[in-house]
Amino acid sequence: MDQKGYRRESFQSSTSDEDILEIGGASLDFSMADDDPPLDREMGGFSSYNGGGMNGTSSMMDFLEEPLPGVGTYEDFNTIDWVREKSRDRDRHREITSRSKESTWALIHSVSDAFSGWLLMLLIGLLAGSLAGLIDISAHWMTDLKEGVCLADFWFNHEHCCWKSTTTFTDRDKCPEWMSWSQLILGHGEGAFAYILNYFMYVVWALLFSLLAVLLVKGFAPYACGSGIPEIKTILSGFIIRGYLGKWTLIIKTITLVLAVSSGLSLGKEGPLVHVACCCGNILCHLFTKYRKNEAKRREVLSAAAAAGVSVAFGAPIGGVLFSLEEVSYYFPLKTLWRSFFAALVAAFTLRSINPFGNSRLVLFYVEFHMPWHLLELVPFILLGIFGGLWGAFFIRSNIAWCRRRKTTKLGKYPVLEVFVVTALTALLAFPNEYTRMSTSELISELFNDCGILDSSKLCEYVNDFNSTKGDDLPDRAAGPGVYTAMWQLALALLMKVFITIFTFGMKVPSGLFIPSMAVGAIAGRLLGVAVEQLAYYHHDWAIFSGWCSQGADCITPGLYAMVGAAACLGGVTRMTVSLVVIMFELTGGLEYIVPLMAAAMTSKWVADAIGREGIYDAHIRLNGYPFLEAKEEFSHKTLAMDVMRPRRSDPPLTVITQDSMTVEDVESIINDTTYSGYPVVVSRESQRLVGFVLRRDLIISIDNARKKQDGIVSTSIIYFTDHSPPLPPSSPSMLKLRSILDLSPFTVTDQTPMEIVVDIFRKLGLRQCLVTHNGKLLGIITKKDVLKHIAQMANQDPDSILFN
Amino acid sequence: VFPQASMMFAQCFQRRVSSMLLMALLCCILSSPAEASKSSEDIRCKCICPPYRNISGNIYNKNVLQKDCNCLHVVEPMPVPGNDVEAYCLLCECKYEERSTTTIKVIIIIYLSVVGALLLYMAFLVLVDPLIRKPDAYTQPLHNEEENEDARSLAAALPTAGARANTVLERVEGAQQRWKRQVQEQRKTVFDRHKMLS
Repeated sequence: MDQKGYRRESFQSSTSDEDILEIGGASLDFSMADDDPPLDREMGGFSSYNGGGMNGTSSMMDFLEEPLPGVGTYEDFNTIDWVREKSRDRDRHREITSRSKESTWALIHSVSDAFSGWLLMLLIGLLAGSLAGLIDISAHWMTDLKEGVCLADFWFNHEHCCWKSTTTFTDRDKCPEWMSWSQLILGHGEGAFAYILNYFMYVVWALLFSLLAVLLVKGFAPYACGSGIPEIKTILSGFIIRGYLGKWTLIIKTITLVLAVSSGLSLGKEGPLVHVACCCGNILCHLFTKYRKNEAKRREVLSAAAAAGVSVAFGAPIGGVLFSLEEVSYYFPLKTLWRSFFAALVAAFTLRSINPFGNSRLVLFYVEFHMPWHLLELVPFILLGIFGGLWGAFFIRSNIAWCRRRKTTKLGKYPVLEVFVVTALTALLAFPNEYTRMSTSELISELFNDCGILDSSKLCEYVNDFNSTKGDDLPDRAAGPGVYTAMWQLALALLMKVFITIFTFGMKVPSGLFIPSMAVGAIAGRLLGVAVEQLAYYHHDWAIFSGWCSQGADCITPGLYAMVGAAACLGGVTRMTVSLVVIMFELTGGLEYIVPLMAAAMTSKWVADAIGREGIYDAHIRLNGYPFLEAKEEFSHKTLAMDVMRPRRSDPPLTVITQDSMTVEDVESIINDTTYSGYPVVVSRESQRLVGFVLRRDLIISIDNARKKQDGIVSTSIIYFTDHSPPLPPSSPSMLKLRSILDLSPFTVTDQTPMEIVVDIFRKLGLRQCLVTHNGKLLGIITKKDVLKHIAQMANQDPDSILFN
Repeated sequence: VFPQASMMFAQCFQRRVSSMLLMALLCCILSSPAEASKSSEDIRCKCICPPYRNISGNIYNKNVLQKDCNCLHVVEPMPVPGNDVEAYCLLCECKYEERSTTTIKVIIIIYLSVVGALLLYMAFLVLVDPLIRKPDAYTQPLHNEEENEDARSLAAALPTAGARANTVLERVEGAQQRWKRQVQEQRKTVFDRHKMLS
């Protein structure tokens, strides 16, 4: 069967690098794709995107003009055409509005159509909040499972197990219902052998969890690994990755995220929560026709879902919306702003009602103090900012180097073994130090905590002078021995976290970056804070301290330094600006710390930008070669459109289709011989005057359908794109009209247009290709991939690293 | 036109029903923890009192309502004599805490059952499935050969072969095969070719 043959051939030739447009091969099996409806289910539906005016009169008579199912959908690993999707949505809206005047049912339909966006946001918020609650509670329980088990009810973690019993002031963690593994097996919890047994059980559980996670990822949903944010950024800019936001990815990501976090690895759950929320958004979009069929509208919903994801991760709805606006989304219309906020609020409210941490808190490390700070403390805050920037640049460089190694060498062939080795290393190094043994969120919570009279942890073991205490307002005190022990343990923990996170981020389990960066920053901040506090206590007569920090006053809050350090490190790695500050101040619940946070965030961003231009997510996008056109950078070179367009001088001329003189056979052979994803249509080969642009996928579907369903279509039938058929002798076979799949308004620029303007057009309009004309005649084509390669070339990077279309 | 319209209506109806089912399920999941009656075990007032003079620090728990959550109601027996009670109570901090044991129990059990189900399914796919597929041994080499080139050509052949696969079992089989091929494609993209997510 020669049809099957040409399909297979066209697939195989798609891997050559010199083609203008590379695609993953034509495939008509719609049942393969998660999102596309199979051929036999749907018949008709929406009006054609640009022929509305033309076809409107003949719509009742000529049902062949109705668009075929599959026309207008996209291949996997291809870019969508934003202009086409938006105009399709406007057409649909116009049709519904015009029909709404006809009957009450149509009116109700139009009202429900307008309302469907809000209903979708509500559902997304509910689902994202519930899943986040499930993840939080399960992760909390499984993390404690490494240390012991609750005998009374096994589903309680340590804190809930000891909830009812009275514990002592100094030993708040011990209660009879909770037994550590050594207590369970040996009967007692003291002694060297019990310690070794605890150590062993900790490592065994950690390995078990991480191995289970990587096996589930490999076996069921390979797209569920990693953070997800670089891929979601690419998807939101218009790329299609089928299955990345599907139901199996959602299930596996939720389950394995809990396992990965509980295994003690140095990773967080915020980035994967954004992926989970976007999966929820994508799945719920299928309930509403308006969003299921239109890729541009769907991306609006995904932006809102990303906001909901960050909102439940940090308990920060406004921060979530700003994160979606700044980091994740590409186009963010104002309508999306209000809807994202609604989704984020609903998600936060759902999470709060599930109440995963008790006390109606949303995040484990919510800070509740409001101590004032002095202007001179800005110096250590800026120092923390510099540290954050340096660490961020160092982390990005080393992580990208390691990931590149994983991608290109033999290291990448053993993902399960890699996870095993990294978990074993992490668990073996983490257990001896109590600050790395506890989960990272708990560590951050303890570091953010301001030491009051009620705290009895090692970090708060100051020398107390009871005569001068007045309630909870403790003055600066001398550090006791506990504090000194805690300081060097924290320094070791800092070293360990700095190095092990480089190898953990990017492994084949769901891994986030926010919590480890915040932990590094919090440890550094707390160390600096305690140092400054002790300096102020022992040298309160120095000039810099005497003005504001007299003896007996409470001037330095090390918890604040930890918070500022966390913000600085997170800003250095991700290069977030406004969203970072808003998330941090929503975490603290007060406006008084905005200035220190901003100072640290700005300093860290400037220092990090001076060393390396990109944040971690952009660096990963570049490493993977995703076709993401960076919207923030300026294109500052003086090249022209004709320097970038294809065909170049040495290439064969542009492959075009004429508007009414090619047969079905000719078109099929063009499709066979080339792998371009679209062809310009011209009046004739001599004149090269442009008529429009037709996509490969649409051509294949229409021709196949015509061969099967329309009678009289043979290989010598003429294909015409004009409104009326060309005059031909009566003995010729019946002709095939394909005007409905032709885009009559392709974008064109002249060959002398500067590339700055062309890049701007691609960014602002979301184009996929742009035709180049000279003196009114078609000369060549510029595709998004050409633009990306050109930018890479101008920046002296490897232009061949742009892989996808 | 009419069979088209009736199919369209059936599709529309099916989608509405599935969306309503999903909403009902969501409401059930969310309302069950929310309506769980607050048993007396699930609320407590926790008062932390620091060391005072020669009395060591202590933590007091009592299951009282929020209005009674203060030092006087919870700290019993009061370790200081009457005139010192106020000074002592100023140092103590009392917090009202609530939790829902039903929610925690339900969520942990759901999570463990999903993990168990996935493990069982993985064991089934790895161990039992190849044994069941053995009767189709003569088609196996054909499958493997096409797998090397790519699975899409196999997919192209399927609609023609399984056009009348209408029984539930055959449809489930078809869906499972499609899903397996999808996962294989994804695995190749991520693990073998390192095209994504490296």
